[in-house]
Amino acid sequence: MDFLRPETLAEALALKAERPDAVPIAGGTDVMVELNFDHRRPPALLDLTRVPELQRWDEGLRIGAGVPYARIIAELGDRLPGLAMASRTVGSPQIRNRGTVGGNLGAASPAGDTHPVLLASDAVVEVASARGSRMIPATEFYLGVKRNALEQDELIVAVHLKPAAGPQQFSKVGTRNAMVIAVCSFAISLFPAEKRVGAAVGSAAPTPRRAREAEEFLASELDFSSPKPLLDSVKREFGELVSRAASPIDDVRGSAAYRKHALAVMARRTLGWAWQELIDGERACA
Amino acid sequence: MTLTPAELTSAVSGGIGTSPQRPDGNLKVRGEFAYASDLWHEDMIWGATLRSPHPYARITSVDITEALKVPGVYAVLTHLDVPGRNLYGLEHKDQPVLAVDVVRYQGEPIALVGADHPETARRAMKKIVVTYDVLEPVVDMETAVDDTPLHPGGNLVRHVPIRRGSRDVTADVVVTGRYEVGMQDQAFLGPESGLAVPAGDGSVDLYIATQWLHVDRSQVAAALGLPEEKVRLTLSGVGGAFGGREDLSMQVHACLLALHTGKPVKMVYNREESFYGHVHRHPAVLYYEHGADHTGKLVYVRTKMYLDGGAYASSTPAVVANAATLGVGPYEVDNVTVDAYGVYTNNPPCGAMRGFGAVQAGFAYESQMDKLAEALGMSPVDVRVRNAMTEGSVMPTGQVVDSAAPVAQLLKLVQDKPLPAGTSTDIRELPGGVSNTTHGEGVVRGVGYAVGIKNICFSEGYDDYSTARVRVSMVNGELAAAVHTAACEVGQGLVTIMQQIVRTELGIERVTVLPMDTTIGNGGSTSASRQTYVTGGAVKAACALVREKLAGRTDIGDEVIDETTEWRHRATEAIDPETGQGNAHVQYGFAAHRAVVDVDVELGLVRVVALDCAQDVGRALNPQAVVGQIQGGSAQGLGLAVMEEIQTSGGKVRNPSFTDYLIPTVLDMPPMSIDVLELADPHAPYGIRGVGEPPTISSTPAIVAAIRAATGLALTRVPVRPEHLTGT
Repeated sequence: MDFLRPETLAEALALKAERPDAVPIAGGTDVMVELNFDHRRPPALLDLTRVPELQRWDEGLRIGAGVPYARIIAELGDRLPGLAMASRTVGSPQIRNRGTVGGNLGAASPAGDTHPVLLASDAVVEVASARGSRMIPATEFYLGVKRNALEQDELIVAVHLKPAAGPQQFSKVGTRNAMVIAVCSFAISLFPAEKRVGAAVGSAAPTPRRAREAEEFLASELDFSSPKPLLDSVKREFGELVSRAASPIDDVRGSAAYRKHALAVMARRTLGWAWQELIDGERACA
Repeated sequence: MTLTPAELTSAVSGGIGTSPQRPDGNLKVRGEFAYASDLWHEDMIWGATLRSPHPYARITSVDITEALKVPGVYAVLTHLDVPGRNLYGLEHKDQPVLAVDVVRYQGEPIALVGADHPETARRAMKKIVVTYDVLEPVVDMETAVDDTPLHPGGNLVRHVPIRRGSRDVTADVVVTGRYEVGMQDQAFLGPESGLAVPAGDGSVDLYIATQWLHVDRSQVAAALGLPEEKVRLTLSGVGGAFGGREDLSMQVHACLLALHTGKPVKMVYNREESFYGHVHRHPAVLYYEHGADHTGKLVYVRTKMYLDGGAYASSTPAVVANAATLGVGPYEVDNVTVDAYGVYTNNPPCGAMRGFGAVQAGFAYESQMDKLAEALGMSPVDVRVRNAMTEGSVMPTGQVVDSAAPVAQLLKLVQDKPLPAGTSTDIRELPGGVSNTTHGEGVVRGVGYAVGIKNICFSEGYDDYSTARVRVSMVNGELAAAVHTAACEVGQGLVTIMQQIVRTELGIERVTVLPMDTTIGNGGSTSASRQTYVTGGAVKAACALVREKLAGRTDIGDEVIDETTEWRHRATEAIDPETGQGNAHVQYGFAAHRAVVDVDVELGLVRVVALDCAQDVGRALNPQAVVGQIQGGSAQGLGLAVMEEIQTSGGKVRNPSFTDYLIPTVLDMPPMSIDVLELADPHAPYGIRGVGEPPTISSTPAIVAAIRAATGLALTRVPVRPEHLTGT
């Protein structure tokens, strides 16, 4: 197996063009597990940890694919609360020091913790190849179980997000109180100025997925101009619609029925918290 | 002269009753401890094991031709290459070293590859062609006995009946229940590993992580067709055991490859293979009927229990006997009927795990005691105290409990501890933690109690002994001692305990513990909470012999005092095969827990808020190690209560990874308040009582009782899953 160590992005893209079978590796928290268990034996690894362009984020919230979760929590938690919440649930402190959002996107596991947040927050994935770069909305990025929209010669370069326009929440069910893979997860982002809501589910369908009907329901039901406490019936209906957006399976981590149930509960609760934050914010401004 | 604990004083520091620092502690925390997986030898090759993908199949052919052609491969071996007996087992020799014409569980070893690199070995393994005639597996423990016989004698491994008092009694209040215990794994962190080094004379040295060197050796020697003296074992760094290393894993395999190739052979299982490479805790189905009078006094207990031994017997017979003899718990009951069955199926083989049969029964009888309390309108503690055994009580086997049995006291101790503050508002302390599933919504608190009983040391007439050698000589002008045993340090702290005993007995501060190996006599198994008792007893006895020769001298010049002795605990008896009567056990250990849980009743998530414990340890030779055992045992019980289960389907393991086999993290396990009682057992060295297992028994039912209290649900199965709580 060849171990390729580019020093610049241009070099990395050239190598990837030359060796499309090279598997990119950043923190190694997914790739190394697969290698160690012999589930995958790629002819080459493309080590991205020395590529400076991937290790930084800028004020425009273009976050390099190699920025680890620990830094997202520490450095971006104020502007991207939803992403920070999801990042906090990833593995152990050691894993959060190594693992990256770029890696989450590259693996495209339906259980990846940051996906629902990226979907609910209108993230755009910047990918590049020696041929040039392109921007892929998160909604178009996940194609199937562990399949994404990357071409063979492309690398994930960055994720583009906007500072939270309103309250954001992320919630994840696992059968342990820490360091646990998602049984199912849910993210919600409020966009008060646009009078709409982003909502997405994780680990409850072949891909992470937006709950569009649920979003539309809230866009029509919520009064963003003068937010008042929500009726239980609205929260409930929202929960039902989120649940309906999922098509989970029965597996060793949980039953499909449980996942649908849990998604409804998480959707209801997170909407309540986010909406309350909006009300509290209005009060604070008034 | 016998010393009572109070009279034991020592001039040197680090003796018994203190907690000297362990030699392995800092190394382990820093990741520097050398485990068996770190073994290395110049010129060594690597072994790999081809395993059956099927739970039950006839092997119609095995073709190793292509595998042998892979460059770097030194050997590919099948059962035809096993020179000695191709069967081994702790109690019944029923398990093939390498499968012959049938495989009885998923993961059963069929062939071995020795190659210059683990990767080469794995690739070659994939080129071995095995054809199977796949058969319908037997997977239901309740019907297995009447199903396809998997072994020549049928599928019943052992039936233990217990008949005490009358079966013709009636009670004011009767409660019945059916309980299930899922298959728990020991989940030790250091996977199976070892290094076999061939010697020129056809003998072999095996460096190995195990629990019992001598029984490994006798099984390895028989399989290799060698006399025992030609097989030498040395303990390597062990990363936890909990019963899972009592059976052989790769011991014979590595030696076969080494003797066949003439090269040192290292084998290390990865995490997935480890799940197939050792026995698990028996899953169980238990039916109980408890009858009591209106005051809560138990009139009778009747139970029928099934324990799934899986494909091979391992220690199933002894596990069944434990479940049966301890099956009513630490209570006085005059009329007892027990029928416990251990069976063969095509599920993964099950054997020893911390608690050993008492865990399964404990979940069921404690659930029944809660049910009885509810039926009587009594508190869970009161109904237990009403029936609590004491010193002098008679077990269902007829055995009189002849040392402290402070069951009521332990319960009262945990009951009287202050309760934790109300449900937190910090998400880190709520169910789900930073997964942010609740800010308090749906969270209900519950409190539950349980108490358990465990036999300490080996039972039923087993000749259970240990051998210790203590040597004293002058080093730099002062007396120094070396202690040698074959008793395995698996992480429990035996090395430190032996040093403490020598310091106390001889007044010598400098004590070296020699490598544990088979050049000395049997040390017995590191299991049944027995090493401090039995090997500790042997070291103490060897010290007494040394002390006699020392005759009070502090300078012995060039003299070397070197004493070896065997030490046995008092004898036990076989139980009557029809009535289960007999003095089966050496000693009983007791622990009680009070669990406090917060349950998110809408999501079915649980946070154990408090798990306080009281346990009698007879005498705490190393108080810190005692507390560590209680914390660890309680955590393992917590795991069984709410998360740990090897899930199988049609005999196949569905979650052989630490991604999906979850064990508690530090964020799942609350800090514990622990009361350690020291009520000396006059029959035991220093009065000690085995510590490691009792807390594992009561932890699980206490937590489940607390979840029941929070939810009002019956919860008859462990581990409790979120689906059980939400009804989805």
